[in-house]
Amino acid sequence: MSWFKRIKEGITTSTSEKKETPEGLWYKCPSCKSIIPSQEHEDNMWVCVKCGYHERIGSAEYFAILFDDQKFEEFNMNLTSDDPLEFVDTKKYSERLIESQKKTGLKDAVRTASGMCNGYPLTIACMDFRFIGGSMGAVMGEKIARAIDYSIKHKTPFLMISKSGGARMMEAAFSLMQMAKTSAKLTQLSEAKLPYISFLTDPTTGGVTASFAMLGDLNIAEPGALIGFAGPRVVKETIGKDLPKGFQTSEFVLDHGFLDIIVNRTELRTKMGEILGYFAH
Amino acid sequence: MSNALLDFEKPLEELQDQLTKAKQIQEKGKVNVDSVIKDLESKIEKTRKDLYSNLSAWQRVQLSRHPERPYSLDYINAITDGHFTELFGDRQVKDDKAMIGGFGEINGQTVMFVGQQKGNNTKMRQYRNFGMPNPEGYRKALRLFKLAEKFNKPIVTLIDTPGAYPGLEAEERGQGEAIARNLYEMSILKVPVICIIIGEGASGGALGIGIGDRVLMLENTWYSVISPESCSSILWRNWDNKERAADALKLTAIDMNKLKLIDGIVQEPVGGAHSNPGGMFDTVKAEIIKHLGVLNGLSPEERVKRRIDKFCSMGVYKEG
Repeated sequence: MSWFKRIKEGITTSTSEKKETPEGLWYKCPSCKSIIPSQEHEDNMWVCVKCGYHERIGSAEYFAILFDDQKFEEFNMNLTSDDPLEFVDTKKYSERLIESQKKTGLKDAVRTASGMCNGYPLTIACMDFRFIGGSMGAVMGEKIARAIDYSIKHKTPFLMISKSGGARMMEAAFSLMQMAKTSAKLTQLSEAKLPYISFLTDPTTGGVTASFAMLGDLNIAEPGALIGFAGPRVVKETIGKDLPKGFQTSEFVLDHGFLDIIVNRTELRTKMGEILGYFAH
Repeated sequence: MSNALLDFEKPLEELQDQLTKAKQIQEKGKVNVDSVIKDLESKIEKTRKDLYSNLSAWQRVQLSRHPERPYSLDYINAITDGHFTELFGDRQVKDDKAMIGGFGEINGQTVMFVGQQKGNNTKMRQYRNFGMPNPEGYRKALRLFKLAEKFNKPIVTLIDTPGAYPGLEAEERGQGEAIARNLYEMSILKVPVICIIIGEGASGGALGIGIGDRVLMLENTWYSVISPESCSSILWRNWDNKERAADALKLTAIDMNKLKLIDGIVQEPVGGAHSNPGGMFDTVKAEIIKHLGVLNGLSPEERVKRRIDKFCSMGVYKEG
């Protein structure tokens, strides 16, 4: 026998009287499963206060973290893809683009801007993973190239924040050639003796890793980021074995000699100031 | 013609069988079948011409992978008439058998050749890792590029790869960095660089030796960011759409030339490079000599500037 007897059947609270927790008040860490107030999570730069897991963030957040007083001048805000191949798979690429633009409020997967960081001038190109997986097409290549031109013209260091699955398949060979284009452009930055800092965040794979992301005077990364050329699934299929723990993480890549340092996002701003100082003095 | 036929070449099969039989009869010498043989030969010729005059993108992909297609070392040995010394190793880890290179001679001029190498039987295919280089391959290529630059020798790269090897050790030793470094360094090489796609030009693995003053594609090759099969499996989640993917990727020499992503197309013999390798080698040799002639006339600064400008102009976008 139960202790209580239900008098009325079913849920009787009317919808308007329901008491709901407002959405977004809490953040659940996918790594340690801790539940943290969203404001506290945001104040900690979207890094889990319990386990240090770095939640993926976009250009708006990185710009806010890095630019002094959150002030910056953004470039080429209206550059968009032209779908030169009229690519159609299960959906038209042109429609995919419009959908992504509506969903994210972004024009493409990279934003470029210049401003001051810890009192030093700095030009930043930062990817947005939300826009078709941060994939690299002609718009990304061109915006990066122009940001490098700006760096050269105004003699500022260049910071590239990568967060991308790689090339954008729907632009096929055009996207492949962006690897060549950006790498060639970096030779000019180098010629001008301006520092290039490549900042690799989760994830940085494929054509982005195999071009500008690995070409920094300094290669730095956020902790725990997936960094590699081939994706882990492909590598696993190739070798027919399970991958070792920690394979293709920032820490793994640093141990194999391809990163200079790993920087916690909460210390990014300070560290950037320090690094820019080394080059400036 | 003893070549293995591809599925789209089926119409040729019966004709070739008839021809073989006719020749056998001829050999026995009892009946004169000269006219029949001539007839069959011209029919085969015509059928082949028809088949090859209108190849689909996927058919060209198949041709680029034809098991009898000549590979890099075949080209180099023929073009240099045997005046070739293969050089090994990246001076860091090992010698990558999927990437070959060395000094050779064309018309008395020393040229540095570098290319991916596939094998022509099961054992050699494994030995060559199916033409998929590891980071050592790209670093060996770079070492040879630098060697050529130091002694002012032009570079010819021959591209034929299904991709850079996606293995565990390749990741450990920085496959991404190795390719990236080559893109960067090749952009500023002071000597003339000619890149020729002789088979498969798959993505970063191809581009890693593909930054040149001239990038040429043989008629029946492909060059893109991904293979049609992988593209199909990612976008359609199966391999059945590889033909559609091949069309959509615009990966043939004709498409790539139209899109101004390469500098020219090198004609193949009717029936593909493997049907007349000698002819193919002669054509490629002539192309190299022709382009080197032009490139040698430019200053190193001018070449580098034009090379960088060319790659920087690649990309279509809308402004405003």
